[in-house]
Amino acid sequence: MRLVLEQRAETGLALRLLSPLLAVALALVSASVMFAALGADPLVALHAYFVLPLSDSWGLQEVAVKATPLVLISVGLAFCYRAGVWNIGAEGQFLVGALGGAWLAVATHGGAQGPWLLPAMLAAGALGGALFALIPALLRTRFGASEILTSLMLVYVAELLLDWLVRGPWRDPAGFNMPQTVTFSPAATLPLLAEGGRVNLGTPLTLLVVAAAALVAARTLKGFEIRLVGEAPRAARFAGFDAKHVTWAVFAFSGALAGLAGIMEVAGTLRQLQPGLSPGYGFTAIIVAFLGRLNPMGCLVAGVFLAVTFIGGENAQIMLRLPLDATRVFQGLLLFYVLACDTLLLYRVRLLRSAAA
Amino acid sequence: MRAGEAHALLGENGAGKSTLVKMLYGLLQPDAGEVYWRGAPAALPDPRAARALGIGMVFQHFSLFEAMSVAENVALALDVPEPLPRVAERLAAVSRAYGLPLEPGREIWRLSVGERQRVEIVRCLMQDPRLIILDEPTSVLTPQEAEGLFGTLDRLRTEGRAVLYISHKLEEVRRLCEAATILRGGRVVAACDPRAESAASLARMMVGAEVGAARRAEGGDDAGPVRLSVHALSLPPDEPHGVGLQDVSLELRAGEVLGIAGVAGNGQDALFAALSGERIAPAADRIILDGAAVGREDISARRRRGAAFVPEERLGHAAAPRFRLSENALLAGHATEGFAPAGFIRRSRLLGVVDRVTAAFDVRKGPRDPEARALSGGNLQKFVVGREILRGPRLLVVCQPTWGVDAGAAQVIRQAILDLARGGAAVLVISQDLDELLEITDRVAVIFHGRLSAALPTGWTTREEIGLLMGGATPAEAA
Repeated sequence: MRLVLEQRAETGLALRLLSPLLAVALALVSASVMFAALGADPLVALHAYFVLPLSDSWGLQEVAVKATPLVLISVGLAFCYRAGVWNIGAEGQFLVGALGGAWLAVATHGGAQGPWLLPAMLAAGALGGALFALIPALLRTRFGASEILTSLMLVYVAELLLDWLVRGPWRDPAGFNMPQTVTFSPAATLPLLAEGGRVNLGTPLTLLVVAAAALVAARTLKGFEIRLVGEAPRAARFAGFDAKHVTWAVFAFSGALAGLAGIMEVAGTLRQLQPGLSPGYGFTAIIVAFLGRLNPMGCLVAGVFLAVTFIGGENAQIMLRLPLDATRVFQGLLLFYVLACDTLLLYRVRLLRSAAA
Repeated sequence: MRAGEAHALLGENGAGKSTLVKMLYGLLQPDAGEVYWRGAPAALPDPRAARALGIGMVFQHFSLFEAMSVAENVALALDVPEPLPRVAERLAAVSRAYGLPLEPGREIWRLSVGERQRVEIVRCLMQDPRLIILDEPTSVLTPQEAEGLFGTLDRLRTEGRAVLYISHKLEEVRRLCEAATILRGGRVVAACDPRAESAASLARMMVGAEVGAARRAEGGDDAGPVRLSVHALSLPPDEPHGVGLQDVSLELRAGEVLGIAGVAGNGQDALFAALSGERIAPAADRIILDGAAVGREDISARRRRGAAFVPEERLGHAAAPRFRLSENALLAGHATEGFAPAGFIRRSRLLGVVDRVTAAFDVRKGPRDPEARALSGGNLQKFVVGREILRGPRLLVVCQPTWGVDAGAAQVIRQAILDLARGGAAVLVISQDLDELLEITDRVAVIFHGRLSAALPTGWTTREEIGLLMGGATPAEAA
């Protein structure tokens, strides 16, 4: 007897929806085993992880704040991965976007600031992220270097650049030598949606981007071109599409969105630059993109889900003394199961009774 | 099957021939039923077990390492490892004994397709098989090379080895085999002695219906204006050991079907890529389409000038396997057909194309708009040919239009090509199927090692003459 994988003729819609749900269920089961092994009651832990964050206004707002960068980055990454372009460096593009926008805020601090500043900061953030993402695109299209390695390694460049800037040239002179910039003035800060709340203008902006991206992906020739280049490169050439153009375009687009997420995080939530300003948004967004089936709407749902695990993880740390690493392990498990369940989309598992065995 | 018997396995594409022989060779496991070998039930869990019993197989697609020598390739496939010098010695002995000349030390990439097949056959014979299965062995050979293969097979039979022979070429089967089993839809529908049948009656048994030949256009000989001309076009190979183009010239007139014959791997891919614009020519005036120098234009620009293209590979080149038919219509028509005004896709227009192609070319499919990979080879081929022809192109370049397609679908496709030419379009057919070229073309040229011979009027030439050109003879030698 042996197991074989048989290719499916057609993948049904029900299966496409079922696969990520199955992945979530399997990840929850595995996480329960892990919580039990760490000495926590799995039911209490799961309650802290997935119910508490959604049960009060504070939790919901925190989820929205965390979900915003995740969703925005993952939408860009979804276009990359659809095109078969493996941008692993969104974390670096996020940081450089944050630097690009923050430079305007720091340079004009205490000087001439006006209503032009905030839009200019957002544009500079998006531009910074896009330019930083074009480095691996150039290395890929010009020299054939693997974008997986180059984009990943550029993350460290961006982290060290941020570290140097906040400890050196951009350090707040009145900051008691702390490695951070000045706190941004109100003109350089994204307005809150509600007074005393936590959610800022970045969240509705992100929803707009999701809607536009969903339209582009599903209804336009550009979206078709990106999918075709990733799915069947030779057929794409036959269609007259240039894979190099697509590589440039998706790197620029995803870099711009990651950079925008970076500057919105800085100008909206943190209001200053500091080392470690991202809890790994750019990496977690990779999980979000795959969990969301590389579909902008899916990324929205998946981004909210992953944000819940972030907030839930904080709850678990406080209430159950579970380590932060438990949250990371859970997120890793989730990506593992999502990719594994995708196999079920393409193949059918069959048990064969071999006559010879 | 008996010792010393040559047995043909016949059937249309998808009839189950490959599935059956893969089970005999241990590559697939039957769900039910048993295989008897020399009177006893045989267990065939994998190819190694099949070879141990004495069953050998020569596949249609070769599995050879290009950069390694003949002897190294053979040594790698032996079930019991042997030192290389001994393998080379045995290999030389076997190849002499069966009239399959091979140099053990030569690298595979230096060999012609016919020689590569010899390597596969010798590799199979070195296991001393009692049953040899050959899957479409002549599809890549010139007529002369095929004759040589038949001599070898006769010799194997006199030694008491049985030969199971899969082929689409019915004349060959009638010549070579004394028994035939005919499959249709995974069932045995007939068994006969092919020598007592005609090619037409065999085809009838395979298809289950009468198969006609495509009808040539009446008076299609008076040629129109020159539509496509190629001048001294050379292209380097795009991969190591590949074949490029050398000094290729041709002229194609409106209303004419020009055939390019040749054994696979002689530059057909480069020629198609150069004509379609997937590869750009070194200078614009190398390729003239309707008077315009288009050598530097890409495929979309050439499509806008009324050209249409059908590449050889259906899945992955002409069509994206996991995309729906409507999306595959968009793939080839987005530059010319107004499917996406202002960048937004009009799905209703695409579905309209799918429906029109389905109706005009009898594309059989389950749902209205399935993924391309869900269609059988013949039906997908009808779709990709129909997609181009319904656009009403002024020039059609088509590569292997009926490769691996069953007789019924092949007839539909050939007729559509002829009708298109009768309507005033120029058609270039690149094919390895000589019978097809003789049936539908007005003139034939032969491509060999990236060089194209002068085109000969099809009516004035013979299979033998083209066959010699396919093997590399010059026209003077062939005539």
